[in-house]
Amino acid sequence: MKEPDASANPPVDGSELIRFENVTKRFGSNTVLDRLDFSVESGKHVTLIGPSGSGKTTILRLLMTLAKPDEGTITVAGDQLFPAPEKQIREVRKKIGMVFQQFNLFPNMSVLRNITEAPVTVLGMSKDEAEARARELLDMVGLADKCDARPTQLSGGQQQRVAIARALAMRPQVLLLDEVTSALDPELVAGVLDVLRDIARTTDITMLCVTHEMNFARDISDQVLMFDSGRVIESGAPEKIFNDPENNRTREFLSAVL
Amino acid sequence: MTWDWGAVADFMPKFWDGLLLTLQILALGSLISFALGLVWALLMRTPTRWVRWPVGVVTEFIRNTPLLVQLFFFFYVLPEWGLTWSALTTGICAIGLHYSTYTMQVYRAGIEAVPAGQWEAATALNLPVRRTWTVVILPQAIRRVVPALGNYVIAMLKDTPILMTITVMEMLGEARLFAQENFQFTEPLTVIGVAFIFIAYPASLLVRALERRLVR
Repeated sequence: MKEPDASANPPVDGSELIRFENVTKRFGSNTVLDRLDFSVESGKHVTLIGPSGSGKTTILRLLMTLAKPDEGTITVAGDQLFPAPEKQIREVRKKIGMVFQQFNLFPNMSVLRNITEAPVTVLGMSKDEAEARARELLDMVGLADKCDARPTQLSGGQQQRVAIARALAMRPQVLLLDEVTSALDPELVAGVLDVLRDIARTTDITMLCVTHEMNFARDISDQVLMFDSGRVIESGAPEKIFNDPENNRTREFLSAVL
Repeated sequence: MTWDWGAVADFMPKFWDGLLLTLQILALGSLISFALGLVWALLMRTPTRWVRWPVGVVTEFIRNTPLLVQLFFFFYVLPEWGLTWSALTTGICAIGLHYSTYTMQVYRAGIEAVPAGQWEAATALNLPVRRTWTVVILPQAIRRVVPALGNYVIAMLKDTPILMTITVMEMLGEARLFAQENFQFTEPLTVIGVAFIFIAYPASLLVRALERRLVR
């Protein structure tokens, strides 16, 4: 299997890439994130775990600018994301890629076009270059023969692998993974996780991952953050969190899901 | 009352003229309603209410007043303001404008039916807003609404005889003229009635086939 260089400018490992300061997000009277502080160093793989409704997905959506915080600041590689002028938001967005629970491929485009559209229009890549790179990425996710297929002709697992290739085509520094296997039939989960393990192992991309796949989280994570009611209640290396959690809520949660 | 095939034969040359004009009104009127309806629908999505509000009022007004009144207004009042179009041009524009206020609703429904995840994926890929509309949202929205637009084309076909009232000699206009000159009403009116069925029925079958193919 070929393993193309997925990141154009590998960031210096260990420097702080993402910082949430005092971030609060409410939906109506429901406070989803409550004065949240945390940071992620570049190149690290961070997994967010916790009961549903604890704000994990909201963190990814804030980073992807799909939602705005009510209070607090978010910075990515030193650039403030909120509040910021549209131009700066677009610059920050370039550094971030996202894979969604429901894949969200464009059904009106071929698989190849799904991957080349943004590199050509946003990064100004030539069509030939974008297509060559898209084929490399499709090869990496094991779908080299599906270039001309429509997303609707693929299984959920295949669609999700195309979505991963599509996100990587933008050469992001950060990859956000939002419960990427939750919508898949059980027998399709492994294929997607294998691809992600591969990316985690062979690239410098910083990964923020919301998942219920605890074995996967244990495998790839450098750090696990346990969320409850919009706050980080425990964080640490996966061995620590999974084998010897300190917080009662963490223990309860893990015994329920493991 | 007896059926006179001779009258049918006499009417046929005029009938073809009328049919041609009806189809011309239908084709151009449809194009105007498709294009203008899309413009209205997009303007209603702009963030500024100084655009949305006037567009909303004007289109609501047009949709809720009779086409015949609008037709008379365009034909008799606009020339007083110095705008002199031929009866045919006036008729095509009026019917196209009237129907655009319906097609805008169709487009709106189609745009709203595109899942939020498509917008989010476009944002995540940093696609510019204009590009998101042209290559992601509209192709999916329009595909869904083609059958509904087709239904409005059929409805418009059945409204084309109204243009007779401003002297446009489409099918009904030709039939009435022939009837008055020859005192034979049955034959010309039957001929154009059959012609409407021959166009509208296959068209509705086509719309149904498109529905099966495009709307899932």
